Order: sequence, then C-alpha cells, then structure tokens
Amino acid sequence: MQYEAVIGLEVHVQLKTKSKMFCGCTTEFGTPPNTQVCPVCLGYPGVLPVMNEEAVSKTILTGLMIGSKVAGFSKWDRKSYFYPDMPKNYQISQYDLPLCAEGAVEIKLDGGKTKAIGVTRAHLEEDVAKNTHFETTSGVDFNRAGLPLMEIVSEPDMSSPDEAFAYLTALKEILISGGISDCDMEKGQLRCDSNVSVRPVGQEELGEKVEIKNMNTISGVRRALAYEIQRQTAALQKGDKVSQETRRWDDATGRTCVMRTKEYAHDYRYFPDPDLMPVVVSEEMIAALRKLLHELPEAKRQRFIKQYGLPEYDAGVLVADAVLAGYYERAAATSKNPKAISNWVMTEFLGKLAEAKKTIGECVIQPEHLAELVALVDGGQISGKIGKEVFVEMFDSGKSPGLIVKEKGLVQVSDTGAIEGFVNEAIAKNPKSVADFKAGNEGAINFLKGQVMKLSRGKANPQLVGEILQKKLRGN
Amino acid sequence: MANDTNQFDVGYVAHLARLHLTETEKQKIASQLKDTLAYVAKLNELDVSKVEPTAHATPLANVLRKDEVRPSIDRATILKNAPEQARDLFIVPKIVE
Amino acid sequence: MSLHTLTIHQLREKLRRGAVSAREATQSLLDRILSVDSRLKAYLWLNAEDALAQADAIDRSGIARNGKLLGGVPIAIKDVINVEGQPCTCASKILKGHTSVYDAFVVQRLREAGAILLGRTNMDEFAMGSSTENSSWGITHNPWDLECIPGGSSGGSAAAVAADEAFAALGSDTGGSIRQPASLCGCVGFKPTYGRVSRYGLVAFASSLDQIGPFTKTVADGALMLRVLAGHDPQDSTSVPRPVPDYAKMFGDGVKGLRIGLPKEYFIDGMNREVEVATRAAIKKLQELGAEIVEISLPHTDYAVAVYYLIATAEASANLARFDGVRYGARVAGEDVIDMYGKTRGAGFGPEVKRRIILGTYALSAGYYDAYYVRAQKVRTLIRQDFENAFEKCDAIVTPTSPEVAFRIGEKTDDPLKMYLSDIFTISVNLAGICGVSLPCGFTNDPRLPIGLQILGKSFDEETVLRVAHAYEQATEWHKARPRL
Repeated sequence: MQYEAVIGLEVHVQLKTKSKMFCGCTTEFGTPPNTQVCPVCLGYPGVLPVMNEEAVSKTILTGLMIGSKVAGFSKWDRKSYFYPDMPKNYQISQYDLPLCAEGAVEIKLDGGKTKAIGVTRAHLEEDVAKNTHFETTSGVDFNRAGLPLMEIVSEPDMSSPDEAFAYLTALKEILISGGISDCDMEKGQLRCDSNVSVRPVGQEELGEKVEIKNMNTISGVRRALAYEIQRQTAALQKGDKVSQETRRWDDATGRTCVMRTKEYAHDYRYFPDPDLMPVVVSEEMIAALRKLLHELPEAKRQRFIKQYGLPEYDAGVLVADAVLAGYYERAAATSKNPKAISNWVMTEFLGKLAEAKKTIGECVIQPEHLAELVALVDGGQISGKIGKEVFVEMFDSGKSPGLIVKEKGLVQVSDTGAIEGFVNEAIAKNPKSVADFKAGNEGAINFLKGQVMKLSRGKANPQLVGEILQKKLRGN
Repeated sequence: MANDTNQFDVGYVAHLARLHLTETEKQKIASQLKDTLAYVAKLNELDVSKVEPTAHATPLANVLRKDEVRPSIDRATILKNAPEQARDLFIVPKIVE
Repeated sequence: MSLHTLTIHQLREKLRRGAVSAREATQSLLDRILSVDSRLKAYLWLNAEDALAQADAIDRSGIARNGKLLGGVPIAIKDVINVEGQPCTCASKILKGHTSVYDAFVVQRLREAGAILLGRTNMDEFAMGSSTENSSWGITHNPWDLECIPGGSSGGSAAAVAADEAFAALGSDTGGSIRQPASLCGCVGFKPTYGRVSRYGLVAFASSLDQIGPFTKTVADGALMLRVLAGHDPQDSTSVPRPVPDYAKMFGDGVKGLRIGLPKEYFIDGMNREVEVATRAAIKKLQELGAEIVEISLPHTDYAVAVYYLIATAEASANLARFDGVRYGARVAGEDVIDMYGKTRGAGFGPEVKRRIILGTYALSAGYYDAYYVRAQKVRTLIRQDFENAFEKCDAIVTPTSPEVAFRIGEKTDDPLKMYLSDIFTISVNLAGICGVSLPCGFTNDPRLPIGLQILGKSFDEETVLRVAHAYEQATEWHKARPRL
C-alpha cells in the first residue's frame, strides 16, 4: 500500500520593528540579559499594553503580499497559561478575529511547475521570554518578552519535505524583501512547528496528526519531516496506530521523540483583552500600505530577465537585495547596455564595496555615472582596462567618469596615425621580439603589444594596436 | 447555561489557576460557589439571542503607539524585587519539559 | 489651629496666603493620625520623614503660594496604586515586601499639582470586598462606630478622610468600592466615567470596570481632585482623549430645571427603613431646590450582581495570574515550577481572592465560556441600554448608595453571597461605565451611622453629577458632621 503525507506548517516571525509590541523597549538582539525590559513587558502589577503601530502595518503588509483578506475589524485576546517565560501568565494574542485570513505562497516544484500553498491566517501576538536551563534551576531573561511576533499558519497543503522546504524558503524571501523581518533562524527571528500525518493514497480521511517541534533550520525541517513521515508510514504498514502527540526533533540523532505529555490538555480560556481596543482597518489604510508593497522576488526576477535581457543568474544576484536592485535599475534606466551594467555591478561594484566594507547607501558613485562609464567604454573613448581605473577613481571621489577621463587625459587613442607611430617605435626598439614573431612565435606579439601600450601610457586602443601590429609585422 | 453544578470540579479549576488548595479549602469553596453559581443562573431567565456582548467599555479603536524606542528600566532595580536571581537572570526551580 | 479639619479649598486658601505652610498642614495630619489611627487602622504605611521632606521641598519652592491646584496638600493613596519607591501590597501577602518601581499616571498628576503623597491606606485584598475585612494586614474600623466596618474595598481611604486623617484620598471603584465606603463613612466618594481617569499604575482587578477616584470632605473638593486626575494618558489604551473641563464651573447654576430620575427598582423591600427615609428626604430637598423628579425604570437591575460576579471574576482571574513568585512579590519554594506556583499562590492569596479566581477561571473555561462569560456580557449590554434609555428622560439619577448602613465587623464574613448583594445599587454603574458620586444625606438614629445618597450621570457628564451633588450638599449640613474620636 502506498502512503502519502499531509503537512501543515506554523511559522512564528519576529517583526522588524524598533520597539516591542506593547511597550517601548528596544528589540535589539544579543544584549546582556534583562537590560531591555520595563514594568510593562515584565508584567508588573498595574501596567497596561499599548499597540505598536509598525507591527500592525507589517502584519497587514504581509497579508497583502500573500493575497490575504485583511480584516476590517480585528481584536486582541488573552491566551492563558502558566510558564516562567510568560510575564503575565497570559499571552496577548489574536483568537477568532486575526488581522489576516487566507492567502497563499507559491512554490516551484521540480520540473518547473508551481503549486500554491494555502495560508489559513496570519495574526499578531507578543513573544515570550527566554529560559536557560541549569542543573536544578532555570533562569529567565525577559529581553525577548514582548517582541512582536507574527504567526502564519498554513493550510495542510504540503505533501513532501521538499515542498515544506520550498514553502519556507519562498516565505522567507517574501518577508525579507518586504522588510517585514530578517528571518534569521539562528537569532530566533523565524521559528517553525509542523503538523504532519500520513494516510493511504486515495483515502480522503486524514491520518492522526503529529506535531513536531524544535526544528531550528529550514533544512532541519526537511530532515525532521522526512524522518517523521517514514516513521508514521512504517508504523501504519506494520498495522500499528499513530498516536496524536507532540514530538521533539533532535537534529543530532536524526529522530523525533515524544515530548512529556501534560496531565491536562491546555485550556487557554481565550477571552477578549479588555485593556486593548480593536483594530479597524479602513480602505484608506490598505491603499496607503499597498503603496509600500514590494514586488515579490520571483516576479522581480522574471521582470529583470525580460526587461533588461539578463541571464537568470544575474537577475538572481541583483534581485536578492532590494537596495541593490533599486541601484541597478536607476543605472540601467539611462543605459543602452543593461547587461554591461549588470557585469560592472556584479564584479567591480560589489567587489569594491566588500573591500572597502561599505554599504550601497554609503557608496558615492551615482548610478547614472555607471551608465556613463559603460557608454564611454562601449563608444571606444576608453578601453575596458582604463575603465576599471576610472571606476576606482569614481568610487573614491564620486566624480563622473567623463570628468575623470578629462582631468587625467585618459581618452583612448584611436587615431590610427598616432598608434602607427607607437607601433613603429616599439618595433624599432625590440628587434628580438620581431625576429621571434617572424620565426613563428605568435606569442611574441603580446610583448610588443605591451610595449606599445607602455609607450602610449595605456591610452592606445588595444584592439587597433593589435590590428596595426599584425599588419606591420606581416609586412603589409 | 450549565446547570449541573455537580460538574464543578474545584480541584481541576484550581489546577488551571495554579492555586494550591487544602482539602478543607476545596470543600468550602465548592459549597460557597455552588450557591453563587445557583444565583448567577438567573441570567438564564433572559432572552439574549438578539443581544451583542459588550466587547469594550469605551468605543475606541486603533489606539496605536509610534514605533519608537523608550528607555528600559535599570536592571538592578528589577532584580532587587526578584524573589531569586543569579547571573542577572530570574531564577525559578527547574522547568521539567 | 486644627488644620486637619479643613477642606482642601480651605487649606489651599491659607497656603496661598502664606498663613500656613505645607509642613504645618502635613504635621497636623501626622498628629491626628498618631492620635486616632491606632483605633481606626486606616493607614497601612506611613513614612513621616518622607512626607515632611516632601512638604519642606514644596515650602522651599513656593509652589503652595502659586497656581498649583493641590500645592502643599497631603493626599493619602489606596495601597493598590503604584507610587515609585513605596511599598505596594494591595493588602495581600503575595506582594509582601514589594516596592513599586514606577509612578501611576494619577500619582504623576498629583505630584505635578504640588500635592504631598502622605501614606498608603488599607483595603480589601486586591480590591475584592465590600468591608475591608479581606485585608491581609488587619481590618479598618468605621470612625462613626469602631465596631463597624468602614465599607470596601477602599475602606482605609474613606475612613481616613471621614476622620480628618487626610484632606483627600485616592481609592478605586470596580463595583462600588469608592461609593459604598464613602456612604458608610459619611464622606464624598466619586467614581469617574470609565476611561476618564487613567488606569496606568492601578493594580488591575477587573480591567473593564476599574476606575480611580477621590474621597473628599466636600463636593467642591471632589471636583478639584477630579480636575487634577482626569485626562488622556497614552500609556492606557482605554483612556479616552477628551478635554477636562473645570468641573466646578456649573456649580452656580444649581439644579433648577434639571430632571432627576428615580429608578423604581432601587427602592426595594428589605432596604434599611432609615436609609429609605433619608433618601426620600434628600429627593424632596432637590425638588425644593428646583429639580424636576421623574420616575424611571432600570429593568435589568436585578441581574447586575450576577453579571458583575462573572465578568469581574473572569477578568480578575487573568489579571492575578501574574502573581506567581517569579519576578516580584513573595515566593514559597516548590519541587518544580508548577509546585512553586501552586504553593506561592495558595499561601499568598486570601480566601476571598481564591474564591473569585476559581469562579472566574471556571466562567472562562472550555465548555462554560459561552454559558457564563458571554451571556454575562450580553446582559451587560442590556444594563448599559437601560441607562442610555433612562438618560433620555432625565439628566441625573438619584438612588441610595447602599441598601444599608455600616454593619458590624464579622457580620457577613461567613456568607459571601450576602456580601455581594450589598453592592446592588452601585454595581450597575461600573457595568454601564457611567459616572457616579456618593455624598452624605443623613444618619441612622441608634447607632448614629452615616447614610449615603448616590447621584449618577451619563458617560462623561461628571459636571452634571457634581452640580446636583454640590447643590444638595450646600443646602444641607451633613457634610459638616464629624465622628467623635
């Protein structure tokens, strides 16, 4: 009997805001424990929460990016449970009226087909504190408590670990490019739990659902799901039952194990939070947010390929960073050779930035100047080699290439008469090389070429030099 | 409304609330709350099928705060109030997963 | 000079002239407290040096002589409101030794107005109670009869003001906890409209019902206090951004032409006969002053106590979950974290608090949420609508504050339900979110115990309530009576 898997993913994303969800403490990562706290996020007696505007906007934006229905009326609920990482022993979350409902993330399958993975909902809540376990005690750091967390629940639309991997990758890309979150899993900015069941192919009824926790990387999710599907399938094939339980993935051993079951199932006792007012999202608000909407990465990639005639690789590199893509587009807009611009950007531009440890924002080269540089090389006013020197000068001074070429007198010499002069001089000064060439050593011409370039202080048009040298040496 | 007050398991509810009660306390509370629950059952007399629950006491919406950082509180102050602290962390007995 | 017997207005007049210093005013209270508080036990905490230091600072700065509304006036604070650096126990063992790390918004307002934060007053634990007998630190005695309770939950604040141990005091009102003790102690107690005064810094009992309000000796003092306390606070999402008027401005208009509503459901069998007589006499007085009396109905009054004890306890069960021995307060060691929670909360909370947490948790629990909590919120809507309808026919509503006067200590402690029912006249007001005041309107004969008149107004119409109250007060002598201590 063949079995198929049904997978759903629940992703928690830390939103990229400056302050926490309900108080003004900073969201900075990696600071000393309990230094980013205040009475509100510590759950002190008498404090009250106040919503972070940016967190709400980013959640709505996410919904718009994945085609969700944004709720006209959304509210907050208290989710009660006791745990040391819970400052109030209830979490402020959203239960029945989340900010976003429905939506989908498109993934690419092998063979080029696409599949839409449904999203059930996306809602906002506050993050919990961090526990550190010692011998007989645990220590709690509340720096993270209260950070804005967006929970995205997918439909159980994935049928393989690869699809789950693709979904997470695509989702990450959307969130990063949209400025919603940095999605760094190592920093806990993106966390994933999975629900997976297995059933005989063709059966409509779902199998027993198992929840998998503690998958700390996207590849880890794939590995965990692969293991779990295999485990459940093997059990069913043997005639055993799969129990509905929560299991913990251990990446080191490559297995899932049952987590300690609690005496009573969680009764979260959700009720509307009386301290917080509802969010009423108007059409105007949505229209304003739509303006901020970033083109989805895949669409942008395709557009770059088509619009600028770039190969897929180039498009991929340029689109990966929104700022870089914007820079490129400004340069390409004034150029007749967008492919050349792409080459310059991917090699010289990014190379120099890395070397100087600068960001694009800190670079003084105007995108339009890059287009100008390409035009100078394409037009033959300077050689590609000289172009690289000019680029360095542009990077250091911010001057336009035209100005630099003029100031330094770098205009390529393409006057055949002048070049002939240099060629004659080089031939005259290097009889041995001439003899070598005539004796059949084709390579000797390169030395002579080099000499001509030296004499012309690099300004001679190398192509013409080659042509003229060839003519003279072959005695035409 | 649930009229079966014998379903009212004080022990279970006390566990939900993480409230340790002695047997005497459990019995006393159970008996007192039995009376209270019988009393609140009078709410069943009303037809509320067409009534909306009061969601909020004031008709406000979109009470939002600008995403700006404000100073946090001095760590020494809050650790001073902690029943047990070490290594700048709030210490609790080991959490059994 | 018995400064402690003055009202805020009288004291302010002297302070402005420089006839009296802030230190003298403070010292007079400290002397009075020394003299009577061992019998009343209204105060839980008092730091005389700190209070005098505040007074001296005010005298040095000259604040008391300028326009600061409360410059140089010492005010007592109920132990449920945070004052930075002061203990805040909410009369509970679970907060024993806890020191506030921030000021409540209203405390900031008091400071800005030049007030002196005098000390912290006794209350029912976590504001749950109607007699202050639920305090973990002992009971407070009614200044008019030491064998009687002062009311609750703000019993300490009410007793302090009634006994001239404070010029004013802050309390909190969730189901009547300002108005009822004011009635039982013979002073003025005001509950503002929900959202009028910020709750930031008030340890929450029932978030959708709580409001902070003042206890004073006169209505004019109450209007002044309200002016200082009210206003929008961005730290409280339920705080309403409405401008704060000068509440005393309309006093001169009296009650001529105002329609006063009398809800027939508030004149019930079983009410103390003398309370009824005094209330009817007060209504007659208002008529004499020019008010028109209108009979109205608040048909869902009978359900208010039931609604309250489901919603308030449900919200409280979540609000009190934070008291777990992890970040602050007292802790009882346990084998593991869950054991620690259970033992800490079991030892730290008193019986009434435990009862309410259990009831509230049950009302929210799976399978019972719709039947209890949601249903209660629906009936609450009906109660709110009762008042909205009534206020179309009248400008203010008058009722007795309580069906009875102060009862003897220990009389109701064995019957929680009986205790809950004594809130019957005050509870609907919190459910509807409207404003109300209690002020003295007479005494029972033997023993001589105060009777309170309650005046209610529609949301954000504190002005009308205060206007009616002031007119009545000034036409009578009740506000001048003082207990013999």
